[in-house]
Amino acid sequence: MSGEILIFVLFVFVLSMMLGLELISKVPATLHTPLMSGSNAISGITIVGALLAASASESDTFTIVLGTLAVACATINVIGGYLVTDRMLSMFKKKEPKEKP
Amino acid sequence: MIKSEILYILSAFLFIYGLKLLQRPDTARRGNLLSSLGMLVAVIVTLIANGIVSYQWILVGLVAGGVVGALSARLIAMTSMPELVALFNGSGGLASLLVATEAYHREPGVDSLTASTMFLSVLIGGVTFTGSIVAWAKLSERIDSRPRLFPGQQIVNFALLIGVIVGAVIFAGNPADGRTVFFAIVAAAFVLGVLAVIPIGGADMPVVISLLNSYSGLAACATGFVLQNNILIVTGGLVGASGIILTRIMCKAMNRSLANVLFSGFGSAKTGGTKTEGEVKPVSAEDAYVLLEAANNILVVPGYGLAVAQAQHVLRELGGLLQANDAEVRYAIHPVAGRMPGHMNVLLAEADVPYDELIEMDAVNPTMDTVDVCLVIGANDVVNPAAREDEASPIYGMPIIDVDRARTVIVFKRSMRPGFAGIENSLFFKDNTRMLFGDAKASLEALSGEFKSA
Repeated sequence: MSGEILIFVLFVFVLSMMLGLELISKVPATLHTPLMSGSNAISGITIVGALLAASASESDTFTIVLGTLAVACATINVIGGYLVTDRMLSMFKKKEPKEKP
Repeated sequence: MIKSEILYILSAFLFIYGLKLLQRPDTARRGNLLSSLGMLVAVIVTLIANGIVSYQWILVGLVAGGVVGALSARLIAMTSMPELVALFNGSGGLASLLVATEAYHREPGVDSLTASTMFLSVLIGGVTFTGSIVAWAKLSERIDSRPRLFPGQQIVNFALLIGVIVGAVIFAGNPADGRTVFFAIVAAAFVLGVLAVIPIGGADMPVVISLLNSYSGLAACATGFVLQNNILIVTGGLVGASGIILTRIMCKAMNRSLANVLFSGFGSAKTGGTKTEGEVKPVSAEDAYVLLEAANNILVVPGYGLAVAQAQHVLRELGGLLQANDAEVRYAIHPVAGRMPGHMNVLLAEADVPYDELIEMDAVNPTMDTVDVCLVIGANDVVNPAAREDEASPIYGMPIIDVDRARTVIVFKRSMRPGFAGIENSLFFKDNTRMLFGDAKASLEALSGEFKSA
């Protein structure tokens, strides 16, 4: 990696952190658990790297084991994270207007 | 390659917009859906654009992970959500570690900069993995949830950290011959993760989970540095930021610094505040009913004990009966009320309590003087006036819900045993406090019964 590329990726990193801080600080406390499981699902983005790892062309057994495990772990994060977040969010309901019997 | 980068921009957009929609309860579900769409785009682009030919192992991994993820998401009880999130954090960290390890294994002759990012990726990934496993074990009480301190612990941690840094310098200096050092770093990262979480008590787990959440994002980020892949960096940065914010909120809600949470072993020693004065005034369900029947403004302060007693559904029923009796009913949620940020809100949402009846601590305290009856159910330390009044108390300075300012407080409690932090609660001895002893669920059922038979 050249110094130039490092600067570039650091740039991207810092900006996305700032954006994250800005976005997340406005999420109300009510939604903090879904936020956490949801961002957990997003951090399963490692799946992109895992897919590349699992499909390396000159693969020996070690590579295959590492890659497949990585895909499995990241998929747990992605599928599990999104599903459980959706399950939680589906329970959040607004008060129905005039629910007096 | 250019084409795939463009589509990665689309998925970054979907992630960011999804998080934006998460700022409101009525759009949050759509936000989550958009975010998952972004993930799908990223996965498909990666599969197609890189000319991936050998699909069989990918498929094995996808199916195995998908089944485990889907089943755990479907079957988990809402009370166990912190454990699940801890495990998900851990698997995210492990995935990042594995990807970086594979990248090094395939191409050991990298330059020092790339080697440094590989080091960061396995270090953060490894700490996240084992740290999360320990957090999970503590939360599910598979191991003792009390803080565990042993003599010289700080020194061991410090020495290990120095060792890791030295290892990193050696490794980055000559990555091609650094295989042994690399795997030593991986092992050290695993040990560090365990040592970092073991001394932290069960009551502080919300902070730990938030922090590990942040780490799992930063691990993905570091992996993005290794692969020079923008989508990993952007997304990892977003998640890292999210964890940082939640960690800060949790620390603030407990009036503790992060360093204090991580290193002090809070709650391991028996800490006695000053003696409390006054006498405890028990109340029967019938008398509590009379108080509630006459009340116009009712505030419920639920704590984790409510969920332990599985009483949230009965509470919701009582809430409905009170509303039918023309009382205003609100639920005040302390930031650390559950076992992870926002946990109590999810538990009440599961019991069909509308989210607009849930009020945050800062919003409810100024209105406390107008509350006729306050029901404290399964909460203890977060309503302890000692945090305001008793400088000798270990929780002094912690922001609390000022329930003692309500006209009458009814505390649901099994016995006079102190709460999680092991501190006497002066609220129980106040003049306007009544104690309703017994199992919270049974007490709430008795109250509902009184209303129904009235």
